Amino acid sequence: MEISDRDTALATAETVARHSRGKLVAFLAARSGDVAAAEDALSEAFAAALALWPEKGCPANPQAWLLTVARRKLIDQIRTRHEDGGTDELEAMAATLGEVGADEIPDRRLALLFACTHPAIDAGIRSPLMLQVVLGLDAAQIASAFLLAPATMAQRLVRAKAKIRLAGIPFRIPERSELPERLEMVLDAIYAAFAEGWIDAAGSDLARRELAGEAIFLGRLLSEMLPDEPEVWGLLALMLYAEARRPARRSDEGAFVPLGLQDAALWDASMIEEAEAALRRASGAGMIGRYQLEAAIQSAHVERRRTGAVSWNAIVSLYDALVTLTGSPVALINRALALAELEGAAAGLQALAQVSGDPRIGSYQPYWAARAELLSRTGAHDGARQAYEIAIGLESDPAVKQYLEKRQAALETGTTPPA
Amino acid sequence: MQYLLALYADESGFSKMTPEQQQQGYASYMAYTEALKTAGALVGSNRLRPSATATTIRTTNGKTQVLDGPFAESKEQLGGYYLIDVPDLDAAMKWAGRCPGAQHGIVEVRAIWAM
Repeated sequence: MEISDRDTALATAETVARHSRGKLVAFLAARSGDVAAAEDALSEAFAAALALWPEKGCPANPQAWLLTVARRKLIDQIRTRHEDGGTDELEAMAATLGEVGADEIPDRRLALLFACTHPAIDAGIRSPLMLQVVLGLDAAQIASAFLLAPATMAQRLVRAKAKIRLAGIPFRIPERSELPERLEMVLDAIYAAFAEGWIDAAGSDLARRELAGEAIFLGRLLSEMLPDEPEVWGLLALMLYAEARRPARRSDEGAFVPLGLQDAALWDASMIEEAEAALRRASGAGMIGRYQLEAAIQSAHVERRRTGAVSWNAIVSLYDALVTLTGSPVALINRALALAELEGAAAGLQALAQVSGDPRIGSYQPYWAARAELLSRTGAHDGARQAYEIAIGLESDPAVKQYLEKRQAALETGTTPPA
Repeated sequence: MQYLLALYADESGFSKMTPEQQQQGYASYMAYTEALKTAGALVGSNRLRPSATATTIRTTNGKTQVLDGPFAESKEQLGGYYLIDVPDLDAAMKWAGRCPGAQHGIVEVRAIWAM
């Protein structure tokens, strides 16, 4: 066999792994409810593919080949687990796999997403679980991104999958009545993954760099599977708007560039267009939601690329709605900053005071950065210096740290650069 | 729950920095300490004198052996610590991530074994 044929076979195996894994896991796990077993069986099937295809050539239908091998592994597993040979389970599996036509394996990924984000599963592990099970990301990579020890992450994932199996968590799209609440959990899990990827602005952290892309992939997938849900389009739009700005977030030297100073020409125009289309699609349904509001706020910010100015009026109104809807301290803080643009720093500080009672803000960096910024604008330099100190202490990104340190230093010399 | 954040770094790195960089280094730690205080998480913290000033003592079979220098020769040496009180490991990890020590060295997070 030619070297290039081996390479092609290997490349095919890897491509199929990348694109079909989620679908195959979903299909195998959906009937048995056993995610871990499905993953194991599929891993072995992939290993077999990587060993055999370069030797024997790629099968005509790679997905069906993998499914057949995985099914054999699962049968072996069942036989070893049951003394009686596991007839019932085997019959159930035969029924499932009998459904598979020669060409298309039914896409059960939506059901898998709902299973991974089921309320019975600990909220903190839903996003990592979703990333591993649906996208095949490895535990160590996910662990670094979520700032957890790899062993801890692996352990929690094992427990979550066991929970799915033992508690009988269903693999299905929830009833109409439950759908909004359950869908929100799926969206939150996807957004949590995006947020972890977003933290790495420069794209230099391998573990994080791909997460934003993976989250957007899931967002797009969801929009194909649930095209009539406005919040699905809202989330997709939000992520695309944010990701579009990545090229402008750091200077060539790696310095932090705040939103207001970003070079709009560097923003990814085609991504913004896709975001706009998604947002339009969402608003067609006439049902407002958290992600649509956040996307609309992003849309108002990037409008600067066309008009050269930001409509703070619109942004404040959108934050008003977001605060009413979610009551989240994050929204309150961002609203305060937007209000300051409209009515001055004193008004912003007053709005910010609404959050000061919340115990969570004690270690919430954006609160202190906002407070520092607004205090410095009102000339309250001592208070600003103190707030910058804490904001710096709470910041893990060196580029943002440096930026805050510069602004703090500028308080002394009285030459505060524009935000 | 209490956690010890043990800071390891290449000691020789500090003297290679310009006075400005050293000043910036101090400032970073001060800001971090201040943030911990404000959050009510700081129990204690200290910088340690260089590992060359360490003395080790070991007693085996009734015989005491005293040596100059640290316990182990390593690329990174223990340079300081933060003792923090936070709800759980997740919170401890967040603080470890913010610690300047994580950027130029290693931060080891260990739970205190309450007896």
